[in-house]
Amino acid sequence: MLTALSVTALTLLLIYSMVTNALPAIQKFGWHFLFTSTWDPVKEIFGALPFIYGTLVSSALALLIAVPISLGIAIYLAELAPQFIRQPLSFLIELLAAIPSVVYGFWGIFGLAPFLRTAVQPFLSKYLGFLPLFQGQFFGVGMLTAGIILSIMIIPTISSISREVFLAVPSNQREAATALGATRWETIRLAVLGYSKTGVWGAVILGLGRAIGETMAVTMVIGNRPQISVSLFAPGYTMASVIANEFTEATGKLYLSSLVEIGVILFFLTLIINGIARFLIWKVSNKAKGRIRE
Amino acid sequence: MKKFFLGLILTTLALSLTAGPTLANKLLLINGAGGTFPYPLYSKWFYEYAKIEPVNFNYQAIGSGAGIKQITERTVDFGASDAALTDKQMKQAPGLLHIPMTAGAVVISYNLPQVTQRLKFTPDVLADIYLGKITKWNDPRISRINPGANLPNEGILVAHRSDGSGTTNIFTSYLSSVSPEWKKKVGFSTSVNWPVGLGGKGNQGVSGIIKQAEGGMGYIELAYAITNNLPYADLQNKAGNFITPTIETTTEAINGALSHMPDDFRVSCVNPGGANAYPISGVTWILVYKNQPNHVIGEELVKFLRWAITDGQKYSVDLLYAPLPESMVKKIEQRIDEINY
Repeated sequence: MLTALSVTALTLLLIYSMVTNALPAIQKFGWHFLFTSTWDPVKEIFGALPFIYGTLVSSALALLIAVPISLGIAIYLAELAPQFIRQPLSFLIELLAAIPSVVYGFWGIFGLAPFLRTAVQPFLSKYLGFLPLFQGQFFGVGMLTAGIILSIMIIPTISSISREVFLAVPSNQREAATALGATRWETIRLAVLGYSKTGVWGAVILGLGRAIGETMAVTMVIGNRPQISVSLFAPGYTMASVIANEFTEATGKLYLSSLVEIGVILFFLTLIINGIARFLIWKVSNKAKGRIRE
Repeated sequence: MKKFFLGLILTTLALSLTAGPTLANKLLLINGAGGTFPYPLYSKWFYEYAKIEPVNFNYQAIGSGAGIKQITERTVDFGASDAALTDKQMKQAPGLLHIPMTAGAVVISYNLPQVTQRLKFTPDVLADIYLGKITKWNDPRISRINPGANLPNEGILVAHRSDGSGTTNIFTSYLSSVSPEWKKKVGFSTSVNWPVGLGGKGNQGVSGIIKQAEGGMGYIELAYAITNNLPYADLQNKAGNFITPTIETTTEAINGALSHMPDDFRVSCVNPGGANAYPISGVTWILVYKNQPNHVIGEELVKFLRWAITDGQKYSVDLLYAPLPESMVKKIEQRIDEINY
């Protein structure tokens, strides 16, 4: 009881101290802080829009890549894979989650970035270059690289939670579908996916939460440039990265409190996202309480 | 479970009560916080100094900005910074002294595999590259100062530090001193609003960007460039000579800056006079209050500072820091004498 209360108190204190520290910036810039894109520590003009944009775009890109792959993995592991493959494979995938993000970052800058620059970018420019998403010069580091790194980092989260959710689908659902003459794919689509929709959404949103908060790996590959550009080849910046980058050497009260305000925005964004995820998972687990397949 | 925790707390209390006073009697602990750039040298100093004096230093390399904040709030006994305090910051910390401890240089590294000779830059070319006015390696202004170099028809990929750092402060101070346009548009600080380029975190992040793409260039610490065997350029100094950055030319630069250095040392040393001075050089400071609140700590701190700028300087070259010129050491000693404890 006491410990539970202390955690709540800690969170409230955290919010309180962050907001009070962010006050100078909130008072100075007001809502402009969210909608302007100049970040000039010398002249003390701060606007967070490029960071908010970068966080949202890199995370959305990560989801776009990670969700189909993760669902494929989860369906295979829960429904199709022979028993002797399931354990080692899910172990290997969960191992991906245990790799420190700085290691991902190093691999990103020395492995992935040159590969993207020399192999993937020419291909994308050639065949999809008519889209504004794939135009302009590519340096290897940038929004695209950040999105790909993030997608690899959130695949274990999404796939292992989805797998659990699929396993929680009662067997009689599958049996019923098969009895009605559904093929294997139809059974998965109708009985399993249909039944566990909310749970999968929860998994996706937890993955999104991780992508939004990820700092180190993104900082190393995104190019750290506070600009808004449609092209995925262009460098960008995220909220977590700018805090990690500039906090230690931020001199001046307004500068520091602007960084704290970005922290407040990030905090509330992840809070909302985690809230949605918990709600969705709670909903599906309530529904599945009846019978749980081994 | 409760009992276990209670036991744990009691044991810790008992231990701290018995061990606390005896340890404190033996070893004095001096707390400091500040920049990461001088950290390797400082920790070597603290280690060597502990052999001759019974003093323990607890230095936290949390960044210059945080170091300034901590010493302003007097939560540490000394601060350390690669950037001098601004007038505004000085008002919040009256009586704070800047004691120069060691010097370092910032070099321009690049990735041009087909260029075999060492590249040369003039101040205006360098500033215009960072302003985004020169964008190609075979720009006539670059090839004119590098005759015979096989400069490719490729874009210059400009890299800079994304994290706030003293290195950025020295580099942008230099650009501000050589280019009025840079001074007006961008200015200098530990982080600035860069007109062009990609940001990398730390020296390794910048060199990572440079290495992974041909045509990359960026600024990094001299020590980092030497230890990692990265190519770096000569730079034209105020006297008009092209100077290769080394430990010696860095010390030379500090020496050159000495003549017009104010008594509080609160000035950047970039672009000094002197025929052999490498122009992007700077000192790093330890920040201490003139009036020390604690007699014992004040006395030991003064002793240590004296030792560091004299005997301690011999450790700098091995760690690729530039020792302070001797004429400067005398001036610094006068400042240290002013500290009351």
